[in-house]
Amino acid sequence: MPKIKAPARSPHIDMTPMVDLFSLLLTFFMLTTSFRPQEAAPITTPSSVSEKQAPDNDIMTIFISKEGKVFFNIDNGKDTSTHFRAKLLVKMGEQYKITFDAKQLDKFGKMSSFGMPIKDVKAWINATDSKVRDKLQTGIPMDSTDNQLAWWIRMARLTNLGAEVAIKGDADTPYTDVKKIMDLLQENKVNKFNLVTNLQMEEITMKDLPK
Amino acid sequence: MGEIIVEEKGKKGGKRKPKKHSTRIDMTPMVDLMCLLITFFMLTTAFSKPKVMVITMPEKDQQDKPKEAPRISAERTLNILLTGDDKVYFYQGLADPKKLPLPDLIKSDFSKDGIRKVLLLRNKDLFTKIAEFRDKRLTGKLVVADTTADNTIKRFKKEDKKGPIVLIKADEKAKYKDIVNIIDEMAICNIASYAVVDLAPLEIQMVKNAPK
Repeated sequence: MPKIKAPARSPHIDMTPMVDLFSLLLTFFMLTTSFRPQEAAPITTPSSVSEKQAPDNDIMTIFISKEGKVFFNIDNGKDTSTHFRAKLLVKMGEQYKITFDAKQLDKFGKMSSFGMPIKDVKAWINATDSKVRDKLQTGIPMDSTDNQLAWWIRMARLTNLGAEVAIKGDADTPYTDVKKIMDLLQENKVNKFNLVTNLQMEEITMKDLPK
Repeated sequence: MGEIIVEEKGKKGGKRKPKKHSTRIDMTPMVDLMCLLITFFMLTTAFSKPKVMVITMPEKDQQDKPKEAPRISAERTLNILLTGDDKVYFYQGLADPKKLPLPDLIKSDFSKDGIRKVLLLRNKDLFTKIAEFRDKRLTGKLVVADTTADNTIKRFKKEDKKGPIVLIKADEKAKYKDIVNIIDEMAICNIASYAVVDLAPLEIQMVKNAPK
């Protein structure tokens, strides 16, 4: 007797619902995405209860890594025609007698945070390999003889006076390093700082009042 | 197309039956591509925008002019010294070398029963006022716009005449997170006036002699 054969099923699966779902997800991600900016060093920010959001535009960010290395970033401003980054670089070039050509300025405008002595900036812009680029990120020097960070801040203030200042420090950075930068900013008439933190809710009510 | 025409010619006279093509399309490559794209977007998306804590420092100027500290009452002054290792010292009043003995440093920490208890106890009036106001809004007894509410709380803080004036001082061993934590405590406890100031030489000495 021949065995009863199970009817051969077609190996096809109907993928339409899956595709539907995927397209939905894809659309969602594409619409909500704002790309995570590249950062020069891993920084773990301390947490706070503050719910205020950092502004999108007109913000100058100073990154302080655990070892006290300092990186700098400024955006191009709300209006794309302002080109604050390029203008800043031109000003810095004038200060340190370095000229950048139009192509380099344009490329610099599209890049993000940086931290290297001004003499290495050109190499950083021209580098095509990201490894080479990362190696150049040694932190902005801030010795008392040649305080380049002070110049970056001053020139950035001159370029975009409306820019707010954010400080993104690692939780374990010594306070003295942060203080040095805050003093530097205060010398440039910045008295309001935005300290970048993680949100960690903590609410206390009347019940927590000690008797 | 071409195929169909050839078939028609071969089957002359027969019923014209167009060959049934399956309506199924192989969607695997499409799914593959979508998977890739979704993964890409998921990894590059920065979902939560960074939050910031705003701190305003007193303006620094007149380096040549002798600095005269603003007069604040000693009873209201609470000094908080940060010395790293999650340790917090605090003392009441002013450390004046002319008025001995010096106030004692009391050790505390960042836990719930640590410095927060001290701050809350001293800031009881203002804290209750603000908490009650928030409570009223939350339960719907009071309906005001967000900005009005913020302004009211600001006014409460301004009018407050009893709460502590907190001076935050950090020594060279303090970490950045200590400062952020303590300013955060100020926000949690609704402290009306606080300032981050430098450590006086006398206080460095006091920290050295403080209980470990």
